[in-house]
Amino acid sequence: MDETRIQDRSGAGAPSLAELDERPPGREARIAGGVAMPMAHDSAARHVSGAARYTDDEPELPGTLQVFIAMSKRAHACITRMDLTAVEQAPGVVAVLTAADIPGENDYSPVFGDDPIFPPMTGGGAVVQYVGQPLFAVAAESERQARRAAVLAEIDYVDRPAAISIDEALAAADAAGGDLLPAYEVTLGDAAGALSGAPRRVKSRVEVGGQDHFYLEGQIAVAIPQEDGDIVIRSSTQHPSEVQHNVAKMLGLPDHAVTVELRRMGGGFGGKESQPALFACVAALAATKTGRPAKCRLDRDDDMEMTGKRHELRIDYDLGFGQDGTILAADFAHAVRCGYSSDLSAAIADRAMFHADNAYDLKAARIHSRRLKTHTVSNTAFRGFGGPQGMVGIERALDEIAFVTGLDPLDVRKRNFYPAPDELAAVTPYHMPVTDCVIAAIVDELESTADYRARRAAVRAFNQQSAVLKKGLALTPVKFGISFTTTHLNQAGALVHVYKDGSVHLNHGGTEMGQGLFVKVAQVVAEEFQIDLDRVKITATTTAKVPNTSATAASSGSDLNGMAAQAAARTIKDRLIDYAASRYHVPRDQVVFAANRVRIGNMEKRFCDLVGEAYLARVSLSSTGFYATPDIDYDREAASGRPFYYFAYGAACSEVVIDTLTGEYRLLRADILHDVGQSLNPAIDMGQIEGGFIQGMGWLTTEELWWDDKGRLRTHAPSTYKIPTANDRPDDFRITIWEKGKNRAATVYRSKAVGEPPFMLAISVFSALTDAVIAAGDGRAFPRLDAPATPERVLQAVEAVRENREP
Amino acid sequence: MNDARLPQTRPIRFILNGEERTVADVRPTTTLLDYLRGAARLTGTKEGCAEGDCGACTVLIAEPGGADGLMRRSVNACIQFLPAMNGRAIETVEHIGRDGPTPLQRAMVDKHASQCGFCTPGFVMQLHAGWLTGALGDRQSVKDLIAGNLCRCTGYGPIVEAGMELAGEPVPDTSGADAALAERLMGLEGEGVFAYEAKGERWFAPTSVDELADTYAAHPDAVLVAGATDVGLWVTKQDRDLPLLIDVSHVRDLQVIEEAAGRVYFGAAITHRQAQRVLAEIHPDLAEMLRRFAGAQIRNAGTIGGNIANGSPIGDLPPCFIALGSRLFLRQGDDLRVVPLEDFFVDYGWQDRRPGEFVAAVEVPRLGENQKFFAHKISKRFDSDISAVMAAFRLTFEGSRVTDARLAFGGMAGTPKRAAAAEAALIGRPFDDAAAAAAMDALVMDFTPLSDMRASSAYRLKTAQNLLKRFQLELDGKVCGRIAAAASIGEVA
Repeated sequence: MDETRIQDRSGAGAPSLAELDERPPGREARIAGGVAMPMAHDSAARHVSGAARYTDDEPELPGTLQVFIAMSKRAHACITRMDLTAVEQAPGVVAVLTAADIPGENDYSPVFGDDPIFPPMTGGGAVVQYVGQPLFAVAAESERQARRAAVLAEIDYVDRPAAISIDEALAAADAAGGDLLPAYEVTLGDAAGALSGAPRRVKSRVEVGGQDHFYLEGQIAVAIPQEDGDIVIRSSTQHPSEVQHNVAKMLGLPDHAVTVELRRMGGGFGGKESQPALFACVAALAATKTGRPAKCRLDRDDDMEMTGKRHELRIDYDLGFGQDGTILAADFAHAVRCGYSSDLSAAIADRAMFHADNAYDLKAARIHSRRLKTHTVSNTAFRGFGGPQGMVGIERALDEIAFVTGLDPLDVRKRNFYPAPDELAAVTPYHMPVTDCVIAAIVDELESTADYRARRAAVRAFNQQSAVLKKGLALTPVKFGISFTTTHLNQAGALVHVYKDGSVHLNHGGTEMGQGLFVKVAQVVAEEFQIDLDRVKITATTTAKVPNTSATAASSGSDLNGMAAQAAARTIKDRLIDYAASRYHVPRDQVVFAANRVRIGNMEKRFCDLVGEAYLARVSLSSTGFYATPDIDYDREAASGRPFYYFAYGAACSEVVIDTLTGEYRLLRADILHDVGQSLNPAIDMGQIEGGFIQGMGWLTTEELWWDDKGRLRTHAPSTYKIPTANDRPDDFRITIWEKGKNRAATVYRSKAVGEPPFMLAISVFSALTDAVIAAGDGRAFPRLDAPATPERVLQAVEAVRENREP
Repeated sequence: MNDARLPQTRPIRFILNGEERTVADVRPTTTLLDYLRGAARLTGTKEGCAEGDCGACTVLIAEPGGADGLMRRSVNACIQFLPAMNGRAIETVEHIGRDGPTPLQRAMVDKHASQCGFCTPGFVMQLHAGWLTGALGDRQSVKDLIAGNLCRCTGYGPIVEAGMELAGEPVPDTSGADAALAERLMGLEGEGVFAYEAKGERWFAPTSVDELADTYAAHPDAVLVAGATDVGLWVTKQDRDLPLLIDVSHVRDLQVIEEAAGRVYFGAAITHRQAQRVLAEIHPDLAEMLRRFAGAQIRNAGTIGGNIANGSPIGDLPPCFIALGSRLFLRQGDDLRVVPLEDFFVDYGWQDRRPGEFVAAVEVPRLGENQKFFAHKISKRFDSDISAVMAAFRLTFEGSRVTDARLAFGGMAGTPKRAAAAEAALIGRPFDDAAAAAAMDALVMDFTPLSDMRASSAYRLKTAQNLLKRFQLELDGKVCGRIAAAASIGEVA
């Protein structure tokens, strides 16, 4: 039967085999949707019609409980009494969950074991360390009942001293004799000696604020109990394997008892890397305790109060340079506001250090980093993972060098770039030779296409005749290291099935958060098999298909999963080639896949027909694929090595205008030239560049996290926390993918990662604001300007440079 | 008046995606969004914030009225209460593309205008609504339409491009279907006061101002709700119990604008969007302020009366109206009372409103030929942000001499408030550098603003002072445009 069915497979509209064989030789058809094609996001049609399902859109199973997490109202306190009797007795309440209910480990941390799900009550009470820390959870028939029950808790707090700001954190750490995590230092050469011998120095400070992810879909997890104590979790997470592991650990189960799956997230940006484990654990605990499905879905305000953010950094810099602006040595001291626990702060603070040089050869450097504990939510991964903060430090320093030397900031920047690939390589402060530095070529091209010199003159002319409004212009580079700096994370797996009708099922460990990973990987598989993209079914990420995955993070999604999927496809393809070569007695190299067909010697078959034959011949049509990034090796003890496989580069030129009476400003024009290597999908890459830039602009301008003196975050919803709107994007916005881009590293089709690098192009906006503020003064003082440069901060800076003129 | 004379409760009747629905068992403070995503299983409409600030829940509402017989507007479903839908039609993202993708949906796909896709249905509905209502025009109009929709992925460019493409598409002629729909809806709405009760909460929706006066007099402890852009958050964010609500959004005779010689009367239930044209005629600064006032969906729902009655210390419109010399019409039972608007705001959270008394209308004088006006909104972000400072000034001149000064501020005190000392510093002299400096100095005596997450006290005071300076410079023709104003960017550049 099977044989007949397969033989009869050709559809009514499809050409017969004979017709296809008669195709004139040499006419090369192209598949629809291979690599380098600007294919739409695989879910685009479903996005616009509302048919794309997110975790909360899946129909709820009957009996599903709604879980609400009650939060600490104090920044640092000992809870001496927590009476939940009234909570338990409230209408609709099915279960109240506390630390005592946790059968396994009371921890959801990614690494260090210091994130309790609920604070454990010991003899002396339970310690809470930030406003918003989970205390207990209520599972009820409705969300409203759960929320209303939770407020009935009677809780006695005994306050302890809380460190909220970096200053308070430094004082507390010094008093305690230790930081949250050990300080770390990276050195190159004799920085102190070179600094003291340098003809000129700038020494100053910049504070760089944090950022809320503001993914549009809030945190959510649904737990569904299974037989044998197993549990299935639907989680909006960038890291299904970690959610799986944390839930298993919390329940005291082996990992194999927990399956985590998701089709897509409504945005992640790093905020769904380590954070979702908490909500999955709470939902899983509720489901396990009650035997009913349980959903934990956060309201926006609760989400913003309860989940970690981008790290705030204080950067003290001291740079020595020559009269021509050439850097001779640099010293950076980072004070990193980590929040109450370790989370991923060690790696994030490390990456801030790895990008303290940005694209510049520092020659001698000392980069010191202190990781401080504050009694605020534990800060976490966010697009760029510390890199952007580190980069702001040196870009700010270069603006100051330009200011004190009177040189154009662009000239100072160009003078200090790492050498081009054909020149003698320089090394980074962590001793990695930079062999792929194309930043000089990119910046030269952008300088010309953005008309930088003429616009510099125009800005100067405008400022001379305009008293109230001042313009600023800046062109800044980005060099961003690609790879997880924790080396073992640079691995990925995929699972590919070819069904006997020739359709392909693709699964890999990456997660889709909107970045277009799924379509890119599908394009790689379509290219490999030479079949149209719509023959490849993209499927939900699940820990049951690909195990032990790394987070979809560090811009690594398509580099790692694309390679893993390609490996899986190649394995199957090899088997098909073996089959065709032996069945039709041709050498293997005469079996060629081309545009939905396979040439076997002088014969051609449709791909689906060859697959059907292979099935009958009992050829395995399913394979896993695996990839581990080569050539990376970083010795953290020695602070030396090669943490990155390669670097991604880009540059942006921004022009702003400020109102010196109000501090209001507007980005008037932005030009971007960005290197994505050879793009897997230029449409998707353009989207990452534009979106990353605007998100970065929000971070450095209007997105202000504001804690009051009691440690309460008062910017916890879009009414108070202001991400950019369509009107903040400049109408004159020119984005170009660098045509000469080609990855020197052997990545999938020589593409480059694009998730994070464009974020830092927005530093050009910050530098342009600095430039405009300088124009408001008389050139005697370099303005102190911290990020985010809200209108208030810009006005403060303007007032400062003007006061200097009229002391 | 007693309860016996009040109408019988009726179920909520509305049309959802073309189908008539009757709901009788949900509490009145159930949001439209919760109903859509829950009972109606229409999950294309998303919750992003539940406070009307992100636009992910945007749906299209139609109701009888207006010149064409049917008025359409987009609203945030997250803060609309379901009983307010009585007699209205709701359309969600699932419905607009039921016969295949709309031109907008095609353009959104072609332009790569979605990434994570979670905000996308909201953008689709907002642009679709703008298209159907003729609000889509140039690029700026597209951006203004979607300034209340947040997207965290795309950077907006492709969405704006798709909107521009849609702007070029002919708007389908739905006049025939619209008339039929309007008639159907009038049938659903029913006559007189709509009363609904479930789970211990009650809802009244009078349709005339007399019915409203009677209903409120009988229930002075009721909460009045119009666009629910504020009261909606009492439920979604504060989880407050609202056992008795009176919906004024169906009161036809509060939805009028009367233009008289030298003045305009706005009925309290006129939405910001409906007021936009007339206010723009009074002064372009008012048009600019309204362009940036919340998002379009909020302007479609929030009312002039609500913006005054809720007593916000900022409010945006109240400082403008106070500067213009507005009077407020308050009604209680059969009594009508008129008060200068500035006197209505007694203290933070305290307005001069008696039990059972409601804001019926506001009278806004137009500017005389010898008067100059200035309004400027300062906020962290230009669009859809609550002001740090809202300044509105009206100066009356005799020759070059200032004879009357009305300087009103929001965000500087517990209420919208005039700056008496600064006003006094201006009177009787030309508005020159010295006068501006004197008024700026005097402002310190008028205000001791708060520091909060929006701005510090020092910034508020400094910008309030500097806006006086800016007004003077603008009158002297010495400043080239405002960078907040979209229209003046060209002049800047």
